[in-house]
Formats: sequence, structure tokens, C-alpha cells
Amino acid sequence: MHIPDGYLSPSTCAVLYGAAIAAWYACLKRLKRVLLTRVVPLISVFAAFAFVVMMFNLPLPGGTTGHAIGVTIAAIVLGPAGAVVSISLALALQALLFGDGGITTLGANCFNMAVIGSLVAYACYRALSAQALIDSRRRVIAAGIAGYLAANASALAAAIELGIQPALFHDAAGTPLYAPYPLKIAIPAIMLGHLTFAGIAEAVISAGLVAYLQAADPALLARTSGLREAAVASGLRAPASLRRLWATVAVLLILTPLGILATGKAWGEWAPSAFSRPEARAQIAATSNNVPPPAAPPTGMQRLATLWTSPFPAYAPAFVRSPALGYLLSAMFGAGVCLLIALLAQAGLRRSHSEQAS
Amino acid sequence: MVASSLRTLSRTLSHALVSEQIAHQSGLMQSLNPRVRVVGIVALVITIALLYKPWVALALFVASVALALASAVPLRTLALRVWLVVLAFTGVIALPALFLTPGDPLSAAPSITRQGLHTALMLIARVETAVTLTTVLVLTTPWAQILKALRSLGIPKEAVMMLAMAHRYIFLLAETATQMFESRESRRVGVLRGPERRRVATQAAGVLMSKSIDLSHDVFLAMQSRGYRGEVHVLSEQHMTVRDYAALAVFLAIAALAIWVGR
Repeated sequence: MHIPDGYLSPSTCAVLYGAAIAAWYACLKRLKRVLLTRVVPLISVFAAFAFVVMMFNLPLPGGTTGHAIGVTIAAIVLGPAGAVVSISLALALQALLFGDGGITTLGANCFNMAVIGSLVAYACYRALSAQALIDSRRRVIAAGIAGYLAANASALAAAIELGIQPALFHDAAGTPLYAPYPLKIAIPAIMLGHLTFAGIAEAVISAGLVAYLQAADPALLARTSGLREAAVASGLRAPASLRRLWATVAVLLILTPLGILATGKAWGEWAPSAFSRPEARAQIAATSNNVPPPAAPPTGMQRLATLWTSPFPAYAPAFVRSPALGYLLSAMFGAGVCLLIALLAQAGLRRSHSEQAS
Repeated sequence: MVASSLRTLSRTLSHALVSEQIAHQSGLMQSLNPRVRVVGIVALVITIALLYKPWVALALFVASVALALASAVPLRTLALRVWLVVLAFTGVIALPALFLTPGDPLSAAPSITRQGLHTALMLIARVETAVTLTTVLVLTTPWAQILKALRSLGIPKEAVMMLAMAHRYIFLLAETATQMFESRESRRVGVLRGPERRRVATQAAGVLMSKSIDLSHDVFLAMQSRGYRGEVHVLSEQHMTVRDYAALAVFLAIAALAIWVGR
């Protein structure tokens, strides 16, 4: 899957370098925020580990052997950002020191294996192991499936990059200038090997390493487990994104009285009484492409309108005189109810989960 | 399985030793500033990707072999490590293109097309030249100098530092893995079945990972004890001489000429 120099056109290489650089930048920024100074030795040594594991000949079912990428276990232990950087480092070393993969195609190889591989592996692992305990068997299976899918997603990306070359880059006589095979040949040729060998190798090493960590070093699985206790145990501070979310909610709450500035009524949010008031009728017609509303409110609307009376009609409790204050109170009350429901649901889920576990 | 993993690991280690030996001999590349070597070789590798005419690609290949010879890189090393490996890999990939590429027929019995021959030749020539040039750079330039050159060329210092550390620990971890396999092998009686072999391999990888994480903690503490606060400083005192500028001009002139003639 390591694309050598000469297989991809310079413009393809440039685009994929751009994509990889954007990913590196975002990941390094994220890592610095979460792990601060520990990031440099951790990522570097993990890159060395991934490099060495890539050289292991793994015995596969059927008597053959295969090489893994190591991206799945990196995503599980370090998280997607750490995996992108450490696998990219390992790929850069392979290209520079051992000629495995080209220099012009390093961006493409990093994009395929480090970026796509990490993201697919992490997303699959998190989705399939959601709410599973650290020592759950489901985590091992999730890691295996994530490894298989990540290796194949990386291979598919490489196959597509190689397969579009003859269509995009050929001379006047139709001679392909770079990789010569179109998508219909490149995709099956590359995917066959990955669906059968490389994908299984990645699945075997990922599942095996997760099983090993469950027994030997479960703390390493805690960071990306999604379990609340795990995050506390590993000593990580709350991700900044959550604090930013709270700040956004607060700003939105404060800004709710802005709604008073809007004139008229939102289209489709009319009350049955609006159909009988001339000024409201004129406004409905004006916002409905000058189609006049029916003379009486629709019967269904009339029937359902009295079904539920909100505690704060028109976003303001009856005892509040100032509309701005009414908006603020309504927003705080609404947000509070939403939070309460969310907290109750979370507590219920956790209780059912701990009952299951015991 | 274990034996072949060991072979791969020891081959990696021995390649690194060969590199160090050649880098300390006197030769054309060795006499140039590492920045000139890196820029020159990268310029030529990009050039080879831009070429369309096989004869120009071939000329660039000959030039890269001449550069290797002038830099004390043995042809035998190049032939075994680069040319044969690339020919086996890219040759197998390029061969069906002779027949599968639609175009003007050159021969009837096996229906080879002119376009197929052109694309197969270009693919092999490009890959052989690019890998030869990269190998010449790596064999003639110690890793620390490549990193310094990358730093002075604007690669972020965090990236350069992580590359340096990863390189440093690859050899340590490769050696640790070799020792683990050897000790496991020395305690083995009889033949292992498939699932057992898989378990041995993944367990070795697991132990290696635990050791890597422990090692990273130790390295972090060592760095902190030396005053590391998240800021990276890389020394790079590399002075360019007139000869270096002249060599850089020659590299870039060859690249420009090849692009002008070869497209």
C-alpha cells in the first residue's frame, strides 16, 4: 500500500500533501491542548513502535503471513490525533530511511494510512465498543473489525488515487503518464490483497493487542473508551471543546431577547386567531407569495391548537412585564429542562449498564 | 514466522550500519552541505515525476548512477537494495500494462501496444531513478544531518524533533523485539500451531507496546530533568560555501534542463 515515487502525478501528490498537512496541523494543535509537553516523547516512541510492528510477519489463518499497519492500535491507545501524527512519522521514516514509499508520494501515503486509517479505525472502534467495559470481549471484536475496515479503507483510497491517474493524466496518443491502470483494474487488484491478507493482519494485531492490554495494562485502553470513570482515572482534564460548548450555550441564552427585534410572525407559525385578524392576514399573504390565507383557520389546526397550552405562552410568563426579561427567563427555563432530561437519561443508562455488568 | 520477523529486524539494523559507513567516506555528496544534498535530490525526484519522455528519464537515471559512483556508494548495494527490488515490484505491476493499455499495436501475437510499452518503460524508469536518488542521499548523509537540513529548510522543529526521537528508538525497540523473539524461541519445544503462533506474535507486540509507553514516560522525565518545557531547540550551524552554491546551481540546472527537454 506504500505508493512509491512515480506512480502519482505531481498535481495529485500536491493535493494529497495539502490534505495531509492540514490533518497534521489540526492533530498537532489538538495534541498540544490535551497532553501538553508529554506529547513529543509519547508520539515519537509510539511511532518507533509502529515502525517495528509494521515489520512483524504475522501468521494469518490459512498458513500465510501478512504485515499490519499498526494504525488501529495507535488510534485506540493514543486517540485519532495521536495516531495520525505517530503513523505519519513512521511512514516518513520508512520513506526516508528504507525507500518504502516515495518522497513525492509521502503526503498520499500519510493521507491514506495515517489519516483515513486512523479516522476509520477510531470511528469503528468507538461505535462498536460504545458503553462496553474495559475488559469486555466486545472491545476485542470491535478492535478486530476496526482494524480490518481501516486497512481496507486505506487501500481503497490508494486504489482510487492510482486508478484515476490514466483518466486524468495521459498524452495526446492516449499513453497513461503515471500509474497505467484505470479504476476498474486498480480497485480489484489492490483490494483483493487487502480484503484477504493485509486487512486480516491488521485485524489480528489490533484484536490481539487489545486483548493483551485488557489483561496487562487496562489503563492504556481507558483514554479512548468513552467511559466517564476512565477519563477521570487517566488524569486528563476535560476537553476544551466541551467548555467551549458551555460558553456557546451561555452566549446564546444571553442573546435570546434578540428575537424581539424580528418583526411579524415566522412563516407557518400562525395561531388560529391570526386567520381572523386583517393585519395578520395581510402579513400571511405578503410572506406567502401574495396567496391569500383561507377565510377560517383549517379545522385540524383549530382542533389541535387547544390540546396543549404552554407554560410560557409567546416566550414570556404572564407575570413578567418586560418582553426581554421574559425571553431570557424562557430560555433559561427551556435549557434547564433540556439539561435535566439529559442528566436523568444519563443516570438511567449508567444504572442499567452497571446492573448489566454486575 | 519468528525467524522471518527476526530476519527483517536484523536486515533493518544492518542497512543502518551500512549507511553510517558510506556516509563517513569521502565522496562528492559527502563533501556538500547537507541542505544542498536534500534540496538537490528532492528537486531531481520531483523532476523525474514531471518527465514524459523515456530517454530523458533514462538520462537522469544514468546521472543518478554517476552521482552514486562519485559518492562511494557501491553499485552492488544499489543493485541489490534498489534496482532488483524495484524491478521485481514495479516490473510485475508494469508488465500487464504492455497488453492492457489500449492504443496502436506494435506486435500481433502478444498484442503489445506502443502506448503500453511507453507507459511501462516510464513507470519503471521513474521509480528506479527516484529510489536510486533517495538511496544515494540516505546512504551518504547521516540521519542527524538530514534532520538539521530539514529544520533549516522550514520543517517545523517539533516535527524534526519527533522524527529524530522516533529514529533513535526504532533501533532500540527493534533490538528489544529481536531479543524477545530469541528468548521465546530458545524456550520453545516442538512446533507451534497457527493460533499459538498468532498469540506469540501479538503478545510480543503487546509487551513491546507496554515497554514503548514506559520508555516514553522515562524519556519525558529525562527531558523534564534537563529543563524541557515544551519548547524545542535544534542546533543548525551549517555554513554554505561557494562550492555548495555551485553544486546547488548544478542540481537545479539539471532539473530545469530535464523538465524543459523531457515534457
